[in-house]
Amino acid sequence: MTTRAAWPALPALILLLVFFLFPVVRMLGFSVEAGTLDWYAKALGEGLYLRVFWNTFEIALLVTLFCLLLGYPLGFLMATTTPGWATFGFICVLLPLWTSVLVRTYAWMVLLGRNGVLNRTLMESGLTTDPLPLLHNFTGVLIGMVHVLLPYMVLPIYGAVRRVDPAIPAAAAGLGASSARIFWRIYLPLTLNGIFAGSVLVFVLSLGFFITPALLGGGRVMMIAVLIEQQVRETLNWPFAAALSAVLLVFTFAVYAVAQRFTQSEATR
Amino acid sequence: MSRRLLVAVCALIYFFLMLPLLVVFPISLSSAPYMQFPPPGFSWQWYERYLDDPQWIDATWRSLYIGGATSVLALLLGVPLAFSLVRARFWGRALLDRLALAPIIVPTIILSVAIYGLFAKLKLIGTWYGLVVAHTVLALPFVVLVIAAGLRDFDRSLEQAAEGLGASRWKTLARITLPLLRPSLVSAGLLAFISSFDEVVVALFLAGANMTLPKKMFDNIMMEIDPTIAAVSVMQILLVSVVLVLIGRFGRGLRDSAR
Repeated sequence: MTTRAAWPALPALILLLVFFLFPVVRMLGFSVEAGTLDWYAKALGEGLYLRVFWNTFEIALLVTLFCLLLGYPLGFLMATTTPGWATFGFICVLLPLWTSVLVRTYAWMVLLGRNGVLNRTLMESGLTTDPLPLLHNFTGVLIGMVHVLLPYMVLPIYGAVRRVDPAIPAAAAGLGASSARIFWRIYLPLTLNGIFAGSVLVFVLSLGFFITPALLGGGRVMMIAVLIEQQVRETLNWPFAAALSAVLLVFTFAVYAVAQRFTQSEATR
Repeated sequence: MSRRLLVAVCALIYFFLMLPLLVVFPISLSSAPYMQFPPPGFSWQWYERYLDDPQWIDATWRSLYIGGATSVLALLLGVPLAFSLVRARFWGRALLDRLALAPIIVPTIILSVAIYGLFAKLKLIGTWYGLVVAHTVLALPFVVLVIAAGLRDFDRSLEQAAEGLGASRWKTLARITLPLLRPSLVSAGLLAFISSFDEVVVALFLAGANMTLPKKMFDNIMMEIDPTIAAVSVMQILLVSVVLVLIGRFGRGLRDSAR
């Protein structure tokens, strides 16, 4: 039967090989062009660059943690509320998700700047006398990234909570369990896979983030993707950019490989 | 009691999610000559400035047709790919599945730099079709995910009935399978369009002097915070809202594809 054949995959396979796999492998090859591993030694040996990797790692961890803290209550509420309120929740999650990262980042610049909306509001209400430093630093990058990545945490958690049979918490409540106990003993263990899936996704996406740190960090928060861009566009150091890319890629795949051991995540399963 | 606390916490999180989208509306209608909040008065000046600037209009058209072409190409390649991945059994299927989703996993900066290197050699920098090809690589995983989800829930007995009644394979595909998949096709096509229309990292490297809308916005943000960006942002948010409404009305529910 035609719709069961393998050949329809061929055009897409060719596109992926020619314009995805080949260019990436070719670029990574630049890092060992000289026949030595010097560029890797530079990337992983020099304090300056090691710090960038560490920074990236730290930001990704914090972003994941905050997304989990905000995403769990939201996913939980959306999965357990009335259909009308669930739709409202989906609008609030999906509209930002599909709005350009650039628009959202620009909006945070407007909100967080020295004379921005937040500082104005705080100062006029008398809560602070001086503007808080929220932009062009670690805090700004963190806020912007959590905002961009939160939907990726909410959706898997929503899915996991939806899959919990409502008869189980109902039975526990009937037997006199408190809502805190129902959460810790029923919902949390049964939704661990959603928490895990969301966290891996957010962490991995954070590692390669470019636009938000470039704009909200104001040159003071260096993440690995920003460093790669600089090496290519400013210093034209392709071999070093390639070595940095290879290290980032290995980190990314390592996180996925570890995650795959715990969950099955084949798209077309 | 604890439910009320949950609702209160979530209300704050909803506010956090929507705040950046809402804040650009008043700023885009400000009469101040520079970014000021709250706006001192009302004016359409930033919209007029956008509409009167041929650079902005050019960039918008370019983004629209690149997005349209990406959507068509991603569907033409992605739909058959999804059919094979879900329905066929062949050697290397699992590997192909990984490869098809890899553009989401591989950091966009790496993909951008890699394609930039290749396209510089092929003299494809600054061409609209070069960007379409790169955007199609990025859009393909979305198409595969949405179509594959649609195919998994597909009732095969309808196809079998059509074939049992003597319809050819192609007729079955054209008259039964694709019409039944239409909601998934609509969602996949619109998501591919938006993913290209919004895309900035690849465009930053490949667009050259031929700006797309996101690249023009990026350059403007780097230079000055001019409220024209707010007007462009409002239009972008409205476009996404329209697309989400279209998906909700004619597409396969995003809720289902969120799984």
